[in-house]
Amino acid sequence: MKTFNYHSTKDVKEATKLASSSSAFLAGGMTTLPSMKLGLASYKDIIDIKRIKKLSGIKVSSKTVTIGATTKHAEVAHSKEVKKAIPSLAALAEGIGDPQVRNRGTIGGSIANNDPSADYPSACIALNATIHTNNRKVSADKFFTGMFETSLKKGELIEAVEFQVPEKSCYKKYPNPASRYAIVGVYVAKHKGGVNVGVTGAKSCVYNDENISGALSKSFSSSALDNVKISSSGMNSDVHASADYRANMVKIFAKKAVEAC
Amino acid sequence: MASLVGSRVERKEDKKLLTGRGKYTADVTFAHQTYAYFVRSPHARAQLKNVDISKAEKASGVVAVLTGKDIANDKIGGLIAGWRIKSEDGSDMKVPAHPPLANESVNYVGDHVAVVIAESLDEARNAAELVKVDYKILKAVVKTDKAMDSESIYKDIPKNLCFDWLLGDRAKTQEAFDKADKIIKIDLINNRLIPNAMEPRAANADYNPSTEEITLYTTSQNPHLARIIISAFNGVAPENKLRVIAPDVGGGFGSKIYPYAEEVVCSWASKKIERPVKWVADRTESFLSDCHGRDHVTHAELAVKNDGTFLGFKNETIANLGAYASVFGTVTPTYLFGPCATGVYKMPAAYSNVKAVFTNTAPVDAYRGAGRPEATYTIETLVEKAARELGMDPAEIRMKNFPTEFPFQQTLVHSVDSGDYNAGLKKAMEVGDYKGFEARKKESESKGKLRGVGFCSYFEACGIAPSAVVMSLGCGIGLWESAEVRFNPTGNVTVFTGSHSHGQGHDTTFAQIAADRLGVPLENIEISHGDTDKGPFGYGTYGSRSLTVGGTAIVKACDKIVAKGKKVAAKMLEVNESDVEFKDGEFIVAKSNQKKTIGEVAFACYLPGTYGEVKSPLPEGEEPGLKETSFFDPGNFSFPAGSHICEVEVDPDTGNTEVVKYTAVDDFGTIINPLIVEGQVHGGLAQGIGQALYENCHYDDTGQLVTASYMDYTMPRADNFPEFNLGFTCTPATSNPLGTKGCGEAGAIAAPPAVMNAVMNAVGTEVSMPATAEKVWKACQKMNKSNSKAA
Repeated sequence: MKTFNYHSTKDVKEATKLASSSSAFLAGGMTTLPSMKLGLASYKDIIDIKRIKKLSGIKVSSKTVTIGATTKHAEVAHSKEVKKAIPSLAALAEGIGDPQVRNRGTIGGSIANNDPSADYPSACIALNATIHTNNRKVSADKFFTGMFETSLKKGELIEAVEFQVPEKSCYKKYPNPASRYAIVGVYVAKHKGGVNVGVTGAKSCVYNDENISGALSKSFSSSALDNVKISSSGMNSDVHASADYRANMVKIFAKKAVEAC
Repeated sequence: MASLVGSRVERKEDKKLLTGRGKYTADVTFAHQTYAYFVRSPHARAQLKNVDISKAEKASGVVAVLTGKDIANDKIGGLIAGWRIKSEDGSDMKVPAHPPLANESVNYVGDHVAVVIAESLDEARNAAELVKVDYKILKAVVKTDKAMDSESIYKDIPKNLCFDWLLGDRAKTQEAFDKADKIIKIDLINNRLIPNAMEPRAANADYNPSTEEITLYTTSQNPHLARIIISAFNGVAPENKLRVIAPDVGGGFGSKIYPYAEEVVCSWASKKIERPVKWVADRTESFLSDCHGRDHVTHAELAVKNDGTFLGFKNETIANLGAYASVFGTVTPTYLFGPCATGVYKMPAAYSNVKAVFTNTAPVDAYRGAGRPEATYTIETLVEKAARELGMDPAEIRMKNFPTEFPFQQTLVHSVDSGDYNAGLKKAMEVGDYKGFEARKKESESKGKLRGVGFCSYFEACGIAPSAVVMSLGCGIGLWESAEVRFNPTGNVTVFTGSHSHGQGHDTTFAQIAADRLGVPLENIEISHGDTDKGPFGYGTYGSRSLTVGGTAIVKACDKIVAKGKKVAAKMLEVNESDVEFKDGEFIVAKSNQKKTIGEVAFACYLPGTYGEVKSPLPEGEEPGLKETSFFDPGNFSFPAGSHICEVEVDPDTGNTEVVKYTAVDDFGTIINPLIVEGQVHGGLAQGIGQALYENCHYDDTGQLVTASYMDYTMPRADNFPEFNLGFTCTPATSNPLGTKGCGEAGAIAAPPAVMNAVMNAVGTEVSMPATAEKVWKACQKMNKSNSKAA
């Protein structure tokens, strides 16, 4: 690991002031630290935001669940309020990584990194999330812009993620047997205004599968997907799964999710 | 006194290891320590045109930068192939030079180009980035089955062929095939594996310029072998000036049997800079540069009669050696593979032909089971296919061909001393409730799952020894084992063994043996291993050899102690030696209550005279002290055997395959510690199931290792396994007085075919290893199997 300056701050303003083109915010560090250790990334300044109190915590209302950026996966997984309002979201958090990751990793870190196989981005898409940053609010469909890319500007800091409480929802994934990231993860959510289907792992960036959500908006049942064709075009292909397999699994896991709703 | 042999004694070493009080090579730091970082080739095949170290040498903290030119100038020898194999035409195997630091060419990603030694690891690593290497990149040879048709990697090794070896009789086998009712054929890939010991390899060499001695700490399964190779072949230091210590070692699985380039380079560099040099592999280096395992492409055929009787067997295999011939790289796909490929059966005629090829991948060497898993996978998938094609029950076809008389002269090499294969298979069917399979299958179907059952009956040749035999087959070393049993004056005991424990539990098992034999409490016995300056020379631990060979050496040394003790006790008791009997730690005069404990006798041996109340003059001519050494070279291998039955559940919609029931019934002869043996079986099964369903080393077409981290190389985990059902049968080995047979490799040998046969039974067609979800899903699609509920 290359040497760097470590800053720890209790204040959002100070944190954003310290940010530069060669800095990184540090929350759980579940991706940042391994990348630095492997020499894949190096920064002049590391700005630790874990001590900023307002960034952590869970607020639940009848219509929304708002989770602070530095809230750990384990806290979401074990929250009685989240389990009651959106049980599938708590279940998703419980299925991320392993106990060590869940006790360090944060929701803000996960969505800022936007790993194409991460779980949380699919929840953001399915649950019409609004991402609150230090200076604006962005809807999930405009937030995730590409592989490891988001619409966050340099120095912009996620403060919280606000999810819409759906009528019903479920997340099902086929984990990569090695990394346990999603080879395909499908988050189905039925809202009053229609159905969203957040798909992760399958393409270079999370997306809302409109073929599936369209069919489910007409009839929310797994048989509604029988005649839906999922194209393998644009799907990821690697040593673990071909594009063709992923395309088939998107449909299979959408069905499994609908059946479990 | 109750016998300790056969009792479930908890591992003495666990407290230390589980509480972080073990001492591993990486824990050793000397005064004036320096740190090494290796510059490794990023290319699979390239000529080294120039290595420019000028900038690196000037970097902060750098002590030295050494290259292949330096090591050649100092006339340090290359790494060796330890087993000489001859081709069918009588010619010697062809092996390339393997310098510890590359001089002319690099031949796999991770090959060693230079070493940077600095005051800290960070400084060494940063300076390594400044070493400028000018490579002329060449087209890499990667695929096992294409190597012979590719450009030669080494100009004097045509077709990249190391040897073309034959065991058995082609003509006689063909005659048997000509008489067959049916010929069953199979094409297999035995997937390449990366050993992944929990502790990465490491070395710390400390040269003392005053005494000219090197002390080398290293992660070795076999420190004595490391010493002799680094002395006699690499020429770094004479044997008496090289002390090798393998302290606690966190697993080896074969990958740490022999020294690698790093140990040689650290030892040589320490001598050069007159400071200690330490290297600890990071996990990426382990993936790239530990020797890998398996990697065979096999075509095999079985000639059968319609009633299921086997007539003959043909095995044509291409084995990938990687870029260089490693120490046991050439014996693994030949003598450890070929003889066992006819399996546990009467096979009137057979041959194994193995073509070993070089490729631009990491060297391949022994990995848990070494050759015998490949052999067993070949014959056991073939036998199961024969059962399918003949419409026979997989158990029935096996029993029909089991030998029932022992010793059994196996077709190709081995004379198997003992066994009862029918008893093992019957017990496995009982323990695994084979009768209930159809009911369980229906239950799985009701959940939309396909259920399959697979068998594997195996035997293997282990307890690797008979020096005379292995040397006649080309082995460059003897394979006996040594022990020294040393009574301390106060009556407790230290036992030195030439074998090495890196997870096997020798501290406990060996102490049980010595405690029983000497009648000394277990807690009064320490087992010492891993330091060439302490115990006698030995050959380390691999090939399930430590207990049968090393354990017997302990027994023999204990018996010598008792023999001397009898003489001393007789003198102390003023009786004839013939009147003294030894039992449970006491020398007793027959038909009397006169006795001396072995502790009293030991004390007498160290105070041989009269002093105050001490009256213990030794018999005339008897030397003082109580310490005996023994060397044991058995007359034969040991032949554990068993039958495993696996049941899997397949989700036809995703191809996800789960092992839901696994039964292993093994015959390891006499069992010293059932708790440890069960642990060995569990570990072996984890690796065997890992090979069948998860693990796969994948190089791309340019020779880049794609699976170079745990993100992509699938290690099996606890949640991948059901509770294992274990059972044992026992036919004691006749080749050692303990009656033991090796148990360390059994699980890794038997599990892959048991699992794969179950997968094939579930989906109804062949699937290659590892049976990943996608492969199984495709097989289900092909067979038109899907879960009607979801699809």
